Order: sequence, then C-alpha cells, then structure tokens
Amino acid sequence: MFTKLFSWVSKTLSLLCFGIIASMLATTAQAGVKIQQWKTAQGAQVLFVENHDLPILDISTGFHAGSARDADNKTGVAGLTRFMMTLGAGGLSDEQIAKKMADIGATLGGGVNADQSSFTLRTLSNQRERSLALDIYRKILQQPDFPAAVLSREKARVIAGIQESMTQPESISNKAFYAGLYGNHPYGKDEDGDLESVKSIQANDLKQFYQQYYGAKSAVIAMIGDISRSEAEQIADSLAAGLPQAEAPAALPKVSYPTAPIEKRIPHPATQAHILLGYPGIKRGDEDYFPLYVGNYILGGGGFVSRLTEEVREKRGLVYSVYSYFMPLAELGPFQVGLQTKKEQANEALTLVRATLQAFIDNGPNEAELKAAKQNITGGFPLRLDSNSKILEYLALIGFYQLPLSYLDDFNQRVNQVTTAQIKQAFQRRIQPANMVTVVVGAESP
Amino acid sequence: MAWLLCAAFLEINRLKKILFVWCVLHLLASSAWADSKEYVLSNGLKLIVQEDHRAPVVVSQVWYRAGSLDEVNGKTGVAHVLEHMMFKGTNKVPAGQFSRLVAAAGGRENAFTSQDYTTYFQQLEKSQLPLSFRLEADRMANLNFSDEEFAKEIKVVMEERRWRTEDKPQSKVREQFHITAYQAHPYGRPIVGWMNDLENMTAADAREWYKNWYAPNNATVVVVGDVQADEVYKLAQQYFGPLKPHVLPARKPQQEPTQIGERRITVKAQAKLPYMMMGFHVPPILSDSPQEDAYALEILAAVLSGNASARLNQHLVREKQIAIDADAGFDMLQRGKQSLFVLDGTPSEGKTVAELEQAIWQELESIQQSGITEEELLRVKAQVIAADVYQRDSMFYQAMQIGTLETIGYSHKMLKDYPARLGAVTAQQVQAVAQKYLRKDNMTVAVLDPQPITDTKPKGKPHVH
Repeated sequence: MFTKLFSWVSKTLSLLCFGIIASMLATTAQAGVKIQQWKTAQGAQVLFVENHDLPILDISTGFHAGSARDADNKTGVAGLTRFMMTLGAGGLSDEQIAKKMADIGATLGGGVNADQSSFTLRTLSNQRERSLALDIYRKILQQPDFPAAVLSREKARVIAGIQESMTQPESISNKAFYAGLYGNHPYGKDEDGDLESVKSIQANDLKQFYQQYYGAKSAVIAMIGDISRSEAEQIADSLAAGLPQAEAPAALPKVSYPTAPIEKRIPHPATQAHILLGYPGIKRGDEDYFPLYVGNYILGGGGFVSRLTEEVREKRGLVYSVYSYFMPLAELGPFQVGLQTKKEQANEALTLVRATLQAFIDNGPNEAELKAAKQNITGGFPLRLDSNSKILEYLALIGFYQLPLSYLDDFNQRVNQVTTAQIKQAFQRRIQPANMVTVVVGAESP
Repeated sequence: MAWLLCAAFLEINRLKKILFVWCVLHLLASSAWADSKEYVLSNGLKLIVQEDHRAPVVVSQVWYRAGSLDEVNGKTGVAHVLEHMMFKGTNKVPAGQFSRLVAAAGGRENAFTSQDYTTYFQQLEKSQLPLSFRLEADRMANLNFSDEEFAKEIKVVMEERRWRTEDKPQSKVREQFHITAYQAHPYGRPIVGWMNDLENMTAADAREWYKNWYAPNNATVVVVGDVQADEVYKLAQQYFGPLKPHVLPARKPQQEPTQIGERRITVKAQAKLPYMMMGFHVPPILSDSPQEDAYALEILAAVLSGNASARLNQHLVREKQIAIDADAGFDMLQRGKQSLFVLDGTPSEGKTVAELEQAIWQELESIQQSGITEEELLRVKAQVIAADVYQRDSMFYQAMQIGTLETIGYSHKMLKDYPARLGAVTAQQVQAVAQKYLRKDNMTVAVLDPQPITDTKPKGKPHVH
C-alpha cells in the first residue's frame, strides 16, 4: 500500500508542498556512528557500520566510472554501462534478475553522476534472503553480459528520453548550464549522453568501459545493517574478488575558471522562464568547504530563511523556488543559483538575484545570520543520521572521496569554527560574479 | 514492530515459501519500537505517538482534515493557499518568524496539501519537541496574516501552479484527466486550484477557510521518535489543551454519478513524446463497497507494475517494446469514498497511443479471463512483507502512514492488519475485481498530443558575451 501509494502520489503530484528545499551539500554525519574501515585483498575499500536495530542489510558499491569518464564521441556509455549491468549478468536475463529480486523483496538501486557509478542493494538480513540477493548483486558487479537485444531496447528508451528532454525548459536549461560552465571539461558531458553518440553505442563499448573502470582497486563498498564484522568481511571479499583487473583510473583534469561572462538566452514558449547562474565551485575535501557551506546556507541553502528566499520570494512573491548550492565533486563541482518565474518578470528577478549575490560576496553575512546558520546546521545534525539509508550515503561518500573517518565526528566543530570573515573571504576568493555563466530559457534580454 | 509481525503471523503461515523469513524476522524484531499510543484531548484533538528510539530525533506532524475535497467552485486551491498563509504570522509570532524559530532549533519543516488533508511538520532533535507544539498550537488558533502578506503569497502560489502544471505537459494531461473522470465529485478539481480562481482569490477567502477548518477537533497530531509517549501526551495537554473546539461546517456526501460510457479527451501541449492515461472508478478502502475489493485492487496494481518484473514492464516494455514505460496505480486511502485505478504510459518510437492502449487492454483482458498465477501472488506478498520492514527505517514515513490513515477516517491500527488483509487476498478475488471494475463503460482516457515548439525562432539572437 504505502510503498506503492507514495510513489504513485509523487508521480501524480497530488501533494503540494509549501516549498522546495535544496540541500545538495547536506552531507555529513555524527558521533555515535561507529565506522569500521578496511581494504579487501584486491584493494577495494570497505566502510561498515554494524547495526542490528532492523533486520535489514544495505549495501552500496561505487566505482570511479561516472559520465566524466565517457569518451568525447561516446557520451552516454557510463550511464548505459551501469544500467545494462543490472539487465543481464552471469547468464541471468533481465527478467530473471527482476523476478528473483522481487521474490525475496530485495531492491536494487543506484545511478551515475559525473564522478561515479553506484549500485545499491537493500535486502532482509536473514540468511536465505541475504544470500540470494547477494548472489545476484555479485553477478551484476562481476559478470555483466551486456546482451545486444537488451542494449538496443534500452538505447531506444534513452534516445526517446533525450528527445523529450530537449523540449522541456528545465532540462534545456540544465544542459546549457553545464555546457557553458565546463566547456570541454569532462564535467560538461551530459550524463544521458548526446543523441548521435547514444545511437552509435555498441555492446563492445560497454564491455570495454566495464573492463577499464570497474576494477576492485577503485571500488568502494559501503555497508550498514544486521550482520557481523566477519560476515561483512566475507561479503566484501566475495564482491571484490571477481571484479576486473584494472588499475585505478587517473585523476580527472583540473577545471579552469571562465575568463569572461557567458549568458545564454534560449527561447521557449513556456509560461515561466528557467534561470540558472553559476561558477565552478568546490572539491570534496576542499579547504574552503566549511566557510562556503555555512555561507551558502545563509545565501540560498537554508530553506525558507535564506537571503535569496527572503528577497525574491518572501518580499516580492516572484518565485515559488529560489536556491543556491555548492555540489562538491572530485574536481571543482558547480556553484549554482536557480529559480523559475513568470517570463514577463524574469529580468527583474534575475537582476534582483544578481544584486543579492553581489551584496553577499561584497559584504559577507552578519553575525546574527552566522549564529542562526550554526544553530540550524549543528542543532539539526542528528537528523542527518537518523536512518540506515542516510548513514549508508555518508559511508559511500566518505569512502569514495577519501574523507577522514573522523569527518562525521568533527563536523559540528568545523562548522562552529567558521567566522563571518572567513565566509566573506572564501566567497570572494572562489566566486567571481563578473564571470559567471547565466542561462535563461524562455525570456529575452531586457 | 513486534506487534506488526505477530499480527500477520497466521496469515503468512500459509505462504510456505516465506514462512522461514517470517520466523527469523519475528525473532529479530527489535525492541526499539513500542506499540503506538493514542490519546484524545478534551477539546477533540487526537494525538498518536509512535516511539522509535533508534536515533535522538523526533518528527512532529499536525494533520487537518481539510483538503481540496472540501473546497467549492470558484475557490479551488484555497486549502493549499491557506497552507502557505500559515507561515505568515500570528500575534505572538510575526510573519517569517515561524521558519526562523524552527531553523534556529536545528529543525527542518514544511507542509503539504492533498485532496484529503493539509499537513504541517517539523523534524527536530528530540529535546525540541516543545517548540513544535508551542508554534503549532499557536497557529492552530491565532493565525493573523495581513492583506499585504496575502497579496505577495498568492503570487508565489501562482508561480507554483505554473511550475507544477502549466509548463509540464504530462501534468496538464493529469489535470484534464481528473476533471473528466470526476464530473461531480470534488476530486476532479486540481489541488493547486484553477488559475482563474487563484487570480480572484482574496485574503478573506483564506481567512474563511481557516476559520472553518482549523480547530483542535479537526486535527490529529502525530509524533514519531525518541520520546516517551506519556510525556508527549502531557506536552500536548499543555500546549494544545487550552484551545477551544468549534462546530465544523457540515460535510455533504458528494457522490460521483455512475459512469455510463467511456470518456476520451485529447490535450495538446509542447512536447516530443505522446503520453496516455486511462482510469477506472474503483472503491477505496472506505466506501460503500466491500473492503476486500480495495485489497484485491492493491494486489492487481502490484501484479501489473509493482516491481521490475511485473506484467506491464515485462510484456509491454521488454517483450513487445511497444512502450517506453507503462505503470498502474491505485490509491486505496481516500477520504472522499472515491478512487481511480489508473494506468499510464508512453509509446515507443513509431508506436501510437492507440496501439499502447490496445496492448494495455490485452493485459487487462488476460487477467480478466485467466487470472493471475500463484507465483505472482506470492511475489507481491513477499514484497509487502519486506516493505513493512524497510519502511521502519524512516520515522517520517511511519508518521505519514499514521497521519494518512487517521485523516481519511480510518484507524492507524490498520497498519497492524494490512499485511494480513493483503495476505488473505486470493487469485480469484484479483480476477474478480478486474472483471468488475475494469470495464470500458467505466473508463476515462486522456492522451497527450505533442505539439512542436514553434517559438524557437529567436526574436533577439541568442548571444554569448
């Protein structure tokens, strides 16, 4: 009832929320979560939290196999490789995999972003379900078949999705934003791939990509749940043992900062204009992470109490949603400000957003704002770790980006150390409003 | 947790395949959960507390039995508009302060409006629960927003409508689909309201809505978290106890006349891919029909699209490749005694919505004629059992379940019976409801006719500078 119900509800949009809160940077954890970490014989990194509160086991396995690894003329390979791995493995067809997982109530998930591909598994933790689920999960990671007929079917679905997205203002603005911000850098590649490229993808492309990027040495296995340390070790060993023999991939190239502003205006008949502004932001583990994170909470990350929401929504009613975030990646991930507004008032809103951003960078926050931000971030810390699925995400993140294991324990202290001067300096050092990328879909220049 | 598993034990006994799982679960069932406790204050406010001691946090939700179901023509969307206005001030807590106080306590908050209810929530570190109660009790009785705040916020809501509906082709189809399927019942109207009604809505309309429906005797407070139920009850008495109940407006029984022939509409919008929805009037759990029908429809929806191996995905997406995607859904929890069994999908390149509709009908007719297999039935039931365990990982989700059930007029104790009731459904019952409700005379079909984007000629050249 409820699993179905709420997926259906969200699909049919029969719930309307007061607002959207963007919290893409909200990633950290707390004292009280005891993380165990080790490496398998093959070099895969393992992070494990033993927790017997619920009879479930959650696993996430990540690889440095995101869309940034796609060849220029083969965009879409990373995403299709990940998905196709789940649609035929070790001689099991996609139907067999789906049925076997459904029969034991296990669920597979995962996805691809610029940096990584991931595979998640949730299963009941008792011996029978767990071992059946892990058998399939292991086959998916170690013995993908990439059947040609399934590939041709899935390509057609991806192509249809790309064609549809090319007509919708939200995806049009996203694509233009990443292209403008990153140019030829791998982060400019679309995770779905480009139309012509996807059409040209063959099973061999996926097999090669798999052999090159799915080695044990770059795998990160995160686990939380109702198993012992020795069981976790056995599971990790069995997952890592059959992965390809591949070296860990080289680091991605550095992102270069824009030297001149870019503004793209793309016409669209929608009633609202979709506006995105941005600049290369920060890396995971960046020395400016905490000042920028706390500062962004004040600027546009803090839900209903941010400066952007106050100026653009609360004072003037121009938008339903306006936000800013830093999305830290292995290299400089985007800093993005976004909003949608009736196209007739798009330029007014854009001017206001720019002025708000400029004032924040020029003057930084005041002490009262900083205090309120720290109260929210540190006071709400336990909410970040109140479920196994949230903790799993932190384990995967810490492992993938090689953050210190004490990252969670230190988090509140690092937040509390931030000063208004540090925020102002970090923003001035890292964000150049004069050279930002601006994308406006659906409204002309004034 | 323990009670939930025990309650379903006998039923599950019949499912030999999963009996073993069940025993293990039963043994492992953690003591982290006590039974949920229910209290009613003398002013009629209901409180339900579910203790969950896994993390030092609490989720607090206030559910009002007032949604778009209770609106009248000309004022559609007012339930949702009032939800926005609830953040716009009381005498003690001026506009904008509610969110600042919650934020300063480390909290996360939001609110949502559905056809059946309006809900406000905070997620907090456990010691902050009194703040939630103090603020919610205050705005339950003392909301006092200005005309100026209303004038700004109604613009926000219109932006929300543009964003959710106007510019999203499939959302437009859904909106038109509902108004076609429901010709008398208020479920036909969009929750966000028609744009015309929003443009003409006044602060007085919102205040009238508040005065009518916001009262302790129309509210349920749900608390899930690392709390002691009796302590929460004392807090509720302290903060909500002094509020005065008042007589609620009469709720007229609004029935949808029996549909007597299929209905078809077309929606034109700028898009690349066509899309279609088809739906049938069916009974939710609370209706004049037997409850068993709702449980059987739940299984039917799961057999059609409950997992990656379900029939629509397996046959239409994988084998025939006639659809890019195809789904079935059914919401059994509806206060308005009406629900729809909905199927929707997007045809593959070169296929039409007519071909997709025909293919979906083949699937429906196959079940009507030959029923479903025991294997499918067992698979669905295994998933129900697992989902029951998995959802315990989210306190927010547990609170959502309790609040939804209470607000639609059912008891949250249904959670206890749900796996057993589903477990009791037979393949014959599933076939019978497919025959009974999935009839063409009872069908509404809406299709998206995608239009090219004509406005691509730049009036000013796209420029880079």
